[in-house]
Amino acid sequence: MTTANPALTEPNPGSANGPGASALAEISQETLALTRRLFVQLARRPSTLVAGVLQPLIWLVLFGALFAKAPEGLLPGGMSYGRFLGAGVIVFTAFSGALNAGLPVMFDREFGFLNRLLVAPLRSRSSIVLASVLYITALSLVQSLAIMVTAALLGYGWPGAAGLLLVLVTLLLLVFAVTALSLGLAFALPGHIELIAVIFVANLPLLFASTALAPLSFMPTWLGWLAALNPLTFAIEPIRAAYNGDFSLSAVVLQAPYGDLTTTACLGLLAALASGLFLAIRPLLDRKLS
Amino acid sequence: MIELQHLSKRYGGGRATAPVVALHDLCLTVPEGCLFGLLGPNGAGKTTTLRILCTLLAPDAGSVRVGGIDGLTDPRAVRNLLGYVAQEVAIDKILTGRELLTLQGDLYHLPRPRRDARIEELIALLGMDAWVDRRCGSYSGGMRRRLDLAAGLLHSPRLLVLDEPTVGLDIESRSAIWQVLRRLRDAGTTVLLSSHYLEEVEALADRLAIIDNGRVIAEGTPTELKAALGGDRVTLRVREFSDQEEALRVQALLQGCTGVRQVVVNQAQGFSLNLVIEHEGVVEALRRQLAEADLPVFALAQSRPSLDDVYLQATGRTLMDAELAVAGSRDAKAERKQSMR
Repeated sequence: MTTANPALTEPNPGSANGPGASALAEISQETLALTRRLFVQLARRPSTLVAGVLQPLIWLVLFGALFAKAPEGLLPGGMSYGRFLGAGVIVFTAFSGALNAGLPVMFDREFGFLNRLLVAPLRSRSSIVLASVLYITALSLVQSLAIMVTAALLGYGWPGAAGLLLVLVTLLLLVFAVTALSLGLAFALPGHIELIAVIFVANLPLLFASTALAPLSFMPTWLGWLAALNPLTFAIEPIRAAYNGDFSLSAVVLQAPYGDLTTTACLGLLAALASGLFLAIRPLLDRKLS
Repeated sequence: MIELQHLSKRYGGGRATAPVVALHDLCLTVPEGCLFGLLGPNGAGKTTTLRILCTLLAPDAGSVRVGGIDGLTDPRAVRNLLGYVAQEVAIDKILTGRELLTLQGDLYHLPRPRRDARIEELIALLGMDAWVDRRCGSYSGGMRRRLDLAAGLLHSPRLLVLDEPTVGLDIESRSAIWQVLRRLRDAGTTVLLSSHYLEEVEALADRLAIIDNGRVIAEGTPTELKAALGGDRVTLRVREFSDQEEALRVQALLQGCTGVRQVVVNQAQGFSLNLVIEHEGVVEALRRQLAEADLPVFALAQSRPSLDDVYLQATGRTLMDAELAVAGSRDAKAERKQSMR
């Protein structure tokens, strides 16, 4: 250590960038830095990603084989069970990935890392939330694409270019909605034990009470109602239709007990859910992050 | 630089628990360019005060001004001008030290070239080059603290706030941190640190405030505070182990001497006697007095008043006793909860 070290010369008189720095540039600098951190963590601890891809693959292979000998024509449109299941597993993958979005935030709260972020002059504290959304969205899409490729290799089909676009849009809406829910829980619940418990309890029932594993026509009335109200179903059915080749925005994809839903209606419901959830958790985030 | 006025803060007060008053009408002024020590036992309210100052916590009442800015209405401007080194070092074990500093630089919106140059400067200043590219999970306590100090200094803040920066550190890391803090002050940065180590505050601080039970009980330079007490301290033992009767007899004898202000029997230290005397010359008179009464002198130690005496005078207990008193009543889990958002 020398006395002439420039690190000690002059304290900075004011804001780092001065008043001229644009808000947008600052928000993107902080958001990118926070997102990069999440990806560095993922790269060095890839077990979440590996498990997130393996689990749905096991569903696809084992569950698909379980009903491989289902009689022809049992499923609507004469689909094979594997092809039917593919859409369900893709949606389920994106769903469970997004449900975990709150965990890194929860650990940051518990370890005090969030305080480091909160003591910094962030231009907008939404950057913390935005970074999580970007990270989980990218991660869920990668996982879903891995499942789609595997499904294609297993002979369960490929949605084609326009279908792929629909699949991605549908997944994005679902991921936004579930991420909002999970982040809300991460700030509302007292600790990671509680958050993991909620994730654990929510996961499978939402899968079973949807059309991921069986069509509505197989279900008793009460379960049919539940499945027809389950947001997972609104994501599964448009994707299943796209996989089946009869892809059109105005085609009826879900014959719910309360009426027929088209692709557009399903996507609209998902979009409404996503924006509704973000609005709902907004006061909570404001309270915790102010 | 810092003006805290009439701060009050209480925690909890839910259905099952009574609220804990952390701050009670606390006022504190820290002049610009000063190395200021906040001294007090654990649980006195030091961390709460610093968290309010750093905009992490809103007070129930009172005002916060930092560098002329109101911390309650314009917290972002305050965050911009201060660096905060928290008590529990919150680092990301998966990142390397350099990655953490880079993240920190982006959170403070440093332009990239300046950010990277600053990181290099601080690596050199704090001697981190041997390990800064290793993951933080492998760092020792001293390394973590240095990294955290670097993170706090990254945006060249006018004010550096440190919460017990050397607690649990080895002597080498501690003196390295002390040296950096002194040099920062010499370069014009205002430094505020909390500590429950008397010798740390005594060695470092230009000014200090002693806080206890959520309020400031004494404030000034170390010399001022000690001078205000006045007198020298003498610890006297006539034998290695006296009994109470003999101690009381000697106490009665010495209390009459001119120049002796106070004689206290310290039962905890084998009935030794603690005296406050007017000036050094009184010691010789004491020895004469004891010789005349045919009493031996096993040990006689003389000292200037210390900050511990300041604390003792203000609270009626020593800092060590205060530490022990709160040690049992603190709940680590409840404290973690308080700091969680």
